Amino acid sequence: MYKEVLQSIEGVEIFSAVSMLIFLGFFVAMTAWFLRADKEQLKEAAALPLDRPKGGADHD
Amino acid sequence: MTQHSAEESASSRPLTAPPAETFSYDNRIVRDFAVATIVFGIVGFLVGLIVALKLVMPDFLNFIPQLSYGRLRPLHTNAVIFAFAGNAIFVGIYYSLQRLCKTRLFSDTLSRIHFWGWQLVIVLAVISLPLGFTTSKEYAELEWPIDVLITIVWVIFGANMLGTIYRRRVRHMYVAIWFYLATFITVAVLHVVNSFEVPVSLFKSYSFYAGVQDALVQWWYAHNAVAFFLTTPFLGIMYYFIPKAANRPIFSYRLSIIHFWALVFIYIWAGPHHLLYTALPGWVQSLGTVFSIMLIAPSWGGMVNGLFTLRGAWDTVRESPVLKFLVVGVTAYGMATFEGPMMSLKNYNAISHYTDIVIAHVHLGALAWNGGLTFAMLYFIIPRIYRTELYSTKLANFHFWVATLGILFYVLPMYWGGFVQSLMWKEFTEEGLLRYPNFLETVTQLVPMYALRAVGGGLFIIGAVAAVYNLYQTGRQGSLLADEADQAPPLVDSRYSPTKSEGVHRSLERLPTVFAVLTLIAILIGGIVEYLPTALVESNVPTIAAVKPYKPLELAGRDLYIREGCNNCHSQMIRPFRSEVERYGDYSKAGEFVYDHPFLWGSKRTGPDLHRIGGKYPDSWHYLHMQDPLATSPGSIMPSYPWMITDHLDYSDIGAKIEAMQTLGVPYEEGYAARARSDLEEQARQIAAGLNKDGLTVTADAEIVALIAYLQRLGTDIRTDAEYTKAFDRMMTKADQGTEFGNYWPLTEAADLAAGQAIFASPRNLCYTCHRLDLGGQVGPDLTDGNWLHGCDMGSIMSNIKRGFQHKGMLPYGSGKPLAVEELHQVASYILSKAGSNPASPKEPDLSRASPCDPQL
Repeated sequence: MYKEVLQSIEGVEIFSAVSMLIFLGFFVAMTAWFLRADKEQLKEAAALPLDRPKGGADHD
Repeated sequence: MTQHSAEESASSRPLTAPPAETFSYDNRIVRDFAVATIVFGIVGFLVGLIVALKLVMPDFLNFIPQLSYGRLRPLHTNAVIFAFAGNAIFVGIYYSLQRLCKTRLFSDTLSRIHFWGWQLVIVLAVISLPLGFTTSKEYAELEWPIDVLITIVWVIFGANMLGTIYRRRVRHMYVAIWFYLATFITVAVLHVVNSFEVPVSLFKSYSFYAGVQDALVQWWYAHNAVAFFLTTPFLGIMYYFIPKAANRPIFSYRLSIIHFWALVFIYIWAGPHHLLYTALPGWVQSLGTVFSIMLIAPSWGGMVNGLFTLRGAWDTVRESPVLKFLVVGVTAYGMATFEGPMMSLKNYNAISHYTDIVIAHVHLGALAWNGGLTFAMLYFIIPRIYRTELYSTKLANFHFWVATLGILFYVLPMYWGGFVQSLMWKEFTEEGLLRYPNFLETVTQLVPMYALRAVGGGLFIIGAVAAVYNLYQTGRQGSLLADEADQAPPLVDSRYSPTKSEGVHRSLERLPTVFAVLTLIAILIGGIVEYLPTALVESNVPTIAAVKPYKPLELAGRDLYIREGCNNCHSQMIRPFRSEVERYGDYSKAGEFVYDHPFLWGSKRTGPDLHRIGGKYPDSWHYLHMQDPLATSPGSIMPSYPWMITDHLDYSDIGAKIEAMQTLGVPYEEGYAARARSDLEEQARQIAAGLNKDGLTVTADAEIVALIAYLQRLGTDIRTDAEYTKAFDRMMTKADQGTEFGNYWPLTEAADLAAGQAIFASPRNLCYTCHRLDLGGQVGPDLTDGNWLHGCDMGSIMSNIKRGFQHKGMLPYGSGKPLAVEELHQVASYILSKAGSNPASPKEPDLSRASPCDPQL
C-alpha cells in the first residue's frame, strides 16, 4: 500500500541523491561558517545561562 | 566594540532602551514534573529489579500471567524511558527554557494539560502492558489508542515550548534550546512514522510495515528515540546546568554549534547498526556502520565541551553533589557513545549482539547518563524553587557513591557474562561440532552474573530512595515559590529580520520556525536515503515462492506470542554464521518475513533463537515445555506458562484480523475472512487430537494449541521447496557419520548397564526428558519397540548419540563433552538391554520413517 504511494511520486529515486547533496552541502556551509564566526558574539551567547548583575550587559 | 555589534545595536534597538517588564516563572509545573520523575523513577527501577530477579528465580511473582517476565520487561523499559527520563526532560526544559527566554511559559493551561496528559499515558502503559496489549515493537509497545494520546500530548508540549520561544525577551536562542527543539520535532516524526498501524480492535493493531521494512523502520525509530529522547534533551540540560552549577560559561560555544548540527545530521542515519548480519540489505547495514563511526566525533565533542567547562574548577566538583553527578553522567555519555560505534563494527557486533553486552551498554547510558543528569538537575532545582538549601549534602554524597557502585555492579557482570556466553555460542570442538550444543548450558553459566546484576540494581535503588528522602525533606524545610518574579526589557521588534552584517547562523538561530524546519530537513534526509530504496527496489527483498501467509490458527498463535512478549527473550533471526547455522538451522532470508506484521526478530537471546523451531520438536514437547520448562530443560530460567494450557483462545476477531492483513497486502483469497473461523477450528482439532494421543490433557480451543501451531510453522515454509531442502541437507550431513564406532559391541556387565542407566537418567544429559525414564518415548521415539530410525547396531547408536540430530531437536552429546566414548558405550548398551521391555503406553512408532531392526544381526 505505502509502496504504491511512494512509487506514484514522480522521480522519487532522485530524493536520495538530493538528500545526500543537501547533507554534504550543509556540512561544508557549517564548517565555513563556524571558522569565520565572531568571537565576541559567541562569548555573549555562551554567557546566557549565567546570572548577570542587574542592568548589566543586555543579551541582544 | 566591533563594527558588527555597533551596527547591530543601531538596527535592532531604539536609541533609548525600553523599560524592563516584570514577569514570573512558573515553578509549580517544574515541581510537579519533578515529583512525577521521582515517583515513576522508583517504579521503573523496582520493575527492573523484579525482572532482574526473575532471571535468577524464574517463577518469582509468576503466579499470574500479568506479572510474567515477557510482559514486565517492556513495562520496565517504558517506565524508565518515558516516565522517568520523560518527566525529567520536562523538568529540565520547563525550568531552563523560561530562564533562557526571560519569560513565563506560554500557557499555564497547556502546561497543566501537558502534565496530566503525560501522566495519563504512563498510567495507561502501566495498566495495558501487563494485560498483554502490546505491539511488540521495542520502546513503541503501547497500542494505538495510547499512541494517539501520546501524539496529542506531545503536540501540546511542542506548542507550549514554541509559544514560549516566540514570546522570549532574549534575542539569541541559547544552544540548549536548539537541542530541545530538535527533541520535539524528531520525536514527533519518529513516533508518527513508526506507529503507522491498522487497528483490529481497540486493543489490537498490526504494523503497517512487514518484515525487513518493519525492522528498518522500528530500528530507525528505536535508535533515534535513544538519540532524541535520551540524548538531545539531556545534552540541552547539560549545556544549561553545567554552566549553572559551575558558574562559568560553556567551554566553547563554537563547539556546541558543531556538536548540535553534526549530531542531528548524523544520528538519524545510524539506525541500521541494530540490524547487522540480519536479512537487511548489505548496503543499508554498511551505511549504518559508517555513520555510527562518524558519530564519535560530535558525541565526544559534546562530552569534551561539558567536561572542559570545569577546567580549573575541578576542586568545586569535590564539594558539590550536583557537579559529581554531572561529571559522572557526562563521562558515561562519552563511554557509551564510544561503545556504540564499536558495537556497530561488524566484527565486534558479531560478538556483542543478542547478548548481555547490549544490556550493560544501555544501562551505562540509562543509569549513569540519564540518571546522573536527572539527579544532578533535581538536586540543583529543588532547593532553589523551595528557597532553601539542600536538606543533606552528606546524604546526596551517599546517593552518589552508592549509585556509582551500583552501576559498576550492574555493568561489569553483564559485560563479563555477555562475552562468556557469546564465545560459548561460537566455540567448536576439534571435530567440528559445537562445544556447547545445548543452549541452556550457556545460560546456566550466567546465573551468578544475573544475581550480581540484581545486587547492582538494588544498590542503585537504595541511592534513589535516599534522594527521595533528601528532596522531600528539602521541600519540607522550605516553601515553594510558585511564581518567581524577574525583570527584563522586551524585545523591540518581534518580527526580527536579520541584517546583512550578521553571520548566517546567528540570524537563523533567532528565527525559531526556520530553525525548526532546517532541523526537520536534517533528520528526514537519513530516513529517506535508507528507507526509500529498501521499500521500492524489489531486489532488496527477494521473494521466495514457498513462503505463504499464516493460517488463521497460526496467526492467532502469533498474537499470543506477541501478547506474552516472547520476543523479549527469543530472537527470530539466524545470522549467517557457521555457529548459528549449526545450532539453529539455515540462516534467515529477507523473503521469509514478507507477511510478518509486525516483524519479531527480537534483539536479545536470553533463550535460543526460534526462527527454525518449526518441526524441530513434536507438539508434545512444546506442551510440556510451556507447562513447566524444567520438565524438558532442567536448569532453564524460562518461566512456566500454565495458563496457556487452561485458558481458552478468543478467536472471535479472527475474521477482522484476516481483513486487516488483507488491507496490508497479505494475499489471502477474496472472502477468506468468512471461512477463517472454520479453518482455525479444524487445525486446532488436529493438533489437540495429536496431543491427546500422547496422553496430554488439552482442549482444541486452548491457547497452547494456537501457540504450538505458530511455533511449528516458524521457518518451515522454505523447506517445502524440495530443491532447497535437498541442498541444505547435503550441506549439513557429516561425511563420516556412523563409521567411527564399527568395532563396539553391547556391554553386558551389570555395572556397565547400571552406569548406562545413570547416564540416561542424569539431568546433565536429559535423555529421559524426551525418551522417558522407561524408554517408552514421549517426544523422541520409543527405544524398546524394535523400530529404529537411524540403524540399531552399536556403532550407529553411539554415533547418533554423539552427533545428535540438531535440526530434529536432539543435541549432540559426544565428543568428550558431556559424554566420553566409554560412557557412550555404556548408555548405548543400556538402551539395547531394554529392548522388548514393553513400557506402559509407549509412543507410537512413526513407520513412515522407522523400520524394524534387530541389533543381534
